[in-house]
Amino acid sequence: MIEMRLVSKRCGIINPLSIDDYQKADGYETFRKALARDKIKLIEEIEKSALRGRGGAGFPVHLKIMGLAKETGPVKYVICNADEGEPGNFKDRYLMENDPHAIIEGMLITAYMASATKGFIYIRGEYNHAYNTLEWAIAEARRLKLLGDAILDTEFSFDIELRSGGGSYVCGEEFALIESIEGKPGRTRVKPPFPTQKGLYGLPTLINNVETFATIPLIIKMGGKAYARIGTKSSTGTKLISLSGNVNEKGVFEIPFGVTIRQVIEELGHGVANGRKLKMVQLGGACGPIIPEYMLDMMIDFERFEEFESKTGAGAIIVIDDRFDIFDILMNVVGFFEHESCGKCTPCREGHQQLRIILQKFIDKTAGVKDLVSLESLARVMHQTSLCGLGQTSPTAIISTLRYFRDDYIDRMDSLIL
Amino acid sequence: MVNLRINNRELAVAEGSTILEAARTNNIKIPTLCHYPDLGIQSDCRICVVEIEGQKGLATSCSTIVRDGMVVKTNSPRVLNARKTITELILANHDANCTACPKNLSCELQSLANKLGIDENRFQSVLTLSPLDEGNPALIRNPNRCIKCGRCVDVCKNIQGVGVLELMGRSHHLKIVPAFDHCLSDLFCTYCGQCAAVCPVGAITEKDDTDIVWRALNHHDKHVIVQVAPAIRVSLAEEANMNPGTVCTGKIVTALKLLGFDQVFDTDFTADLTIIEEGNELIHRLTSGGVLPMMTSCCPGWINFAEQHYPEILPHISSCKSPQQMFGALAKTYYAEKMGLEPANVFVVSIMPCTAKKYEAGRKEMRANEDLPDVDVVLTTRELGKMLRQMGIDFANLAETPFDDPFGITTGAAAIFGASGGVMEAALRTVYEVVNGEPLTNLDFTDVRGLDGVKETVVKLAEKPYRFAVANNLKNARLMAEAVKAGTSPYAFIEVMCCPGGCIGGGGQPYGTITKTRLDRIKATYQVDAAMPIRKSHENPAIAKLYQEYLDRPLGEQSHNLLHTHYHARRGKPNN
Repeated sequence: MIEMRLVSKRCGIINPLSIDDYQKADGYETFRKALARDKIKLIEEIEKSALRGRGGAGFPVHLKIMGLAKETGPVKYVICNADEGEPGNFKDRYLMENDPHAIIEGMLITAYMASATKGFIYIRGEYNHAYNTLEWAIAEARRLKLLGDAILDTEFSFDIELRSGGGSYVCGEEFALIESIEGKPGRTRVKPPFPTQKGLYGLPTLINNVETFATIPLIIKMGGKAYARIGTKSSTGTKLISLSGNVNEKGVFEIPFGVTIRQVIEELGHGVANGRKLKMVQLGGACGPIIPEYMLDMMIDFERFEEFESKTGAGAIIVIDDRFDIFDILMNVVGFFEHESCGKCTPCREGHQQLRIILQKFIDKTAGVKDLVSLESLARVMHQTSLCGLGQTSPTAIISTLRYFRDDYIDRMDSLIL
Repeated sequence: MVNLRINNRELAVAEGSTILEAARTNNIKIPTLCHYPDLGIQSDCRICVVEIEGQKGLATSCSTIVRDGMVVKTNSPRVLNARKTITELILANHDANCTACPKNLSCELQSLANKLGIDENRFQSVLTLSPLDEGNPALIRNPNRCIKCGRCVDVCKNIQGVGVLELMGRSHHLKIVPAFDHCLSDLFCTYCGQCAAVCPVGAITEKDDTDIVWRALNHHDKHVIVQVAPAIRVSLAEEANMNPGTVCTGKIVTALKLLGFDQVFDTDFTADLTIIEEGNELIHRLTSGGVLPMMTSCCPGWINFAEQHYPEILPHISSCKSPQQMFGALAKTYYAEKMGLEPANVFVVSIMPCTAKKYEAGRKEMRANEDLPDVDVVLTTRELGKMLRQMGIDFANLAETPFDDPFGITTGAAAIFGASGGVMEAALRTVYEVVNGEPLTNLDFTDVRGLDGVKETVVKLAEKPYRFAVANNLKNARLMAEAVKAGTSPYAFIEVMCCPGGCIGGGGQPYGTITKTRLDRIKATYQVDAAMPIRKSHENPAIAKLYQEYLDRPLGEQSHNLLHTHYHARRGKPNN
C-alpha cells in the first residue's frame, strides 16, 4: 500500500467529539511535554523537519513561526485557515470533522513557540459540521484547562475563537481572511507588510492551513529529523490528497511525498470509473494545471509542481474522463473565478470576463489566430500582475491547456479568421 | 543607502524607498494610474509593474521596497506588454468617449493610453451604462467612466474622515459608490469635492455651470457681475500652464472683462467685512458670556459637515455668512440701489476654489430678496479656466487691471483667507487691536500657518490669555467638534477649513494639487499679504464707508438682516 497514515491516523478510529479518546491516543501529550521545552529548540525541530505549508503555496513553516516569535508586543495572533474553498479540496474538512483536537494541539504548540496570545479558526461558511465539531472540541479543551488563562497552571495563556466565513472563495487568501475577521469585505491588502509584521487588527499574525497545524504535534513528537526522512528531499513528510472526479474510489488519502499521480489514481482511486478513458487531470483544484495522461508518472512533490507556476500544493487530484471537452472544464473554471474575484485589482477584475469572451469564441468556432494570441497573453499577464493568489493562479488551467492540449484549441479555430 | 540596479544604471537610494520613488528621483519614468502622491498606496491598477531579477511574477513598483543588490527592469517587453494589456482591460470597461468628457486632455487614463501607444483594443467592450448621480448642485458622478482606482474612497475616508464613498460588490460588478449605492445627496456628503480633485478620469466632476454664465453674459438685460475668491489669484495661472503659486490678480480682472462681465469685484472686500462682523461677534461672545468656543463659518464644506454630523455644536458656529454670501447679499441690495438697478437684473457670478460653494449659493437662507438667490452661479477655478480656453484668451500675456469699485479696496488680512489659518490670523489682527486698544508689533501669526492638521496659538486679550486653534481638513475638524461637543475644548475661537491646506487646496482648484502645489500657493498667498499697503481689515477705508453709508454698525440690524444666517441639523437629503 502506498498510503501512510500519520497525520490522519486517528481519523475514523477515535470519536472526534471525545477529548478522552483523543488523549487516550496520546493526544495533547506532545503539547504537555512541549510546555517544558525551550521555544527556540521547538522551532528548530520544525526547521529540521523542513515542513512546508499545506495550504498550497508551500512556504517554509518555521520561517513564519520564527517571524512571529521575533515580533515583540503583548498581543500576537495565530490563525488557522480553514476556509477550504478551492474546488476539489476537502482534506481540511476531513481533519476537522474527524480529529479536531489535533488542530487545536497544533495551534497550541505553535502559539507557545511564538508566544502568541490569541487564536482564530476561520472556517468556510458551508462547513457546518466542521464548525460544530470544532466548537465542541474547543469547549472540551477549555474544560480541561488546555485553552484559556494559565493553561495547565503554567504562565502560558491562549484561547481560540471560531469564525465562520460568508461563502467567499477569496477569503481563503490570508489578507482577505484577516479583513473578513475584522468585519470588512474580503479584499486582500498590499504586501508588504506581511501578516507576521502587521496582520489582524494591525498586529503580528501567523496564518497556517489546517493540515499544517495538524502536522505540527506529529513533528514535535517524532522529531524534525525523523519526519524529514519521510517523503522526498524537497518535500518532506506526508500529504493528504483529495481525490475526486471520475474515479472509482473518491476520498481523502494520506501518502508520503514522492508517490506518483498515477499511483494515487490507480492504487488508491482504483482507476477511472465505468471503464472510461482518462482525458486529463487537474491538480490542486480549480486554480491548478490541467495535465494529460502521459504526465501522470510525475511525482507529487513541491519541486516538481513548481514548473506549473501555480499553488498546486494543496493536494487535490481531479480526474476527468474522455466524455469531457477541455472547454467545458475551462468555462467552468473561468466562470468560477469571474464570480469569486474580489474586484480590487485590474487584471483579475476585468480579466476573467475577457477570458470568458475569448473562450466562448473557441466554443462557437469563431476564434482566429489573434484570439489565440490574446488569450495566451491575457492569461500570462493576469498570472504575472494580479495582486493576490486568486488572479495569479486562476489562469493556470488556460496556460496549462494551451501547452498540453494546444490541438484542442487549434481544432476549434476558424481557419479563415485572422 | 541601498544599492540597486534599474535598467542597467547603478543607483544608491534611501533605505525604505519604493522602486517607484527610487526611479523617479533618478529620472527614470514608470507610468502609474491609481498612485497619487498625497494618498496611501493602493497598488490596485497594476500599471506600475516592473521586472525584478529572480522573481517570477511582476512587482508593482509603488509598493515594493528596494533591497540591496536588486536588479530591476522597468521597460522589458514583458513589462510593456503587461501595462498595455492592463490598460486595454480598463479601456474595455470605460466610457471612452473622450471628446465628450470634461477631463479630455487632462485625463490620466487617456494620457497613459497615449504613452503606451495603444491604437487598438484587443478586448471587446464590456461596458454596461449606468445612470449618472447628478441630484445635487455640486458634483456629478459618472460611474461609466470610473476605473475603480480607489483614490476618491481614500481621500474621503482617510484624509477627510467622512467616508461617504466605498467600494461595493466584487469582480467586474465592483463599483465605487456612496454607501449602499445611494446618491451623494442622500448621504452625509459635504460636497468638498476632494474626490473630484483626485479622480484621474472624469468619473467625479463638479457640476458644470459655464453654460448658464455664457447665457447671462449674452443677455442684454442682465447686469452681470463677478466676484473672485482670495484663493483664485494664486491658482488660476495653473489653468494656463503657468507654475503653481504664480500670483495673477490683475490678469484675472482683465480676463473676466474680456469674457464680458460688467463689473469685476474682489471677494477679499467681503472677507474684510467678515472679519469686522465675526471679530465683533467673538468680542461680544467673550464679554457677554456667549457660547464658546466660537467656530468659523466661511467654509461651506465645514458647515455641511457640522449640520449633518454635529448638529449639537451649531450654536458654536459664528452666525456670519461666508464672504461669498456677504458679497451676494450686498450686490443685490446696496450695490443694486447704488447703481439704480433692479435686483432681479443683477446677475452675480462667483469664482471659487470650491465645489461646496455651489451648494451654499443655493441655500434658502442666502436670499436678501425672496425667490432671488444672492449668488446666481458659482464657478470653480477649473470652470473659469475652461471659459478662458473657450474664448481663446492668452492668459499668460494679459495686461493687469485693478478690481472695480465700490468693493475695490482690500487688505492683506483678506488675502490670506485662502490659506488654512488665514481667517484666524486676520481675525486676530483685528480683535487684538480692537480689544487691547494698541497696535500689534508683529502682524504675522506664523503659529497658525502651514499644513499641520491642528495649529494653535495663545493671544492675550485685555490681559487675559486665550487659546486659538485652526483645524486643517475635516478629519481634524471632527477632532475639534468632538471636544466642543464634549465640552472639553480649551479654545476661545476655532477656525475650520474643510480642504487640506484651506481654500488654496479646494475641491475646485486646478487638477494635480499635491502637497508641493499647496505649499507654493500658500507661499504666494502670504506674499500677496506682505505686499499690501493695508494689512488689517478694520483699517480698510472702504469698509468704514460701507458702514457709514449703509450698514450702520457691526452686528447692527442691517448687518443682521444681510450678513448673518443660521444653521440647522440635517440628516441626509438637503432640505432646502
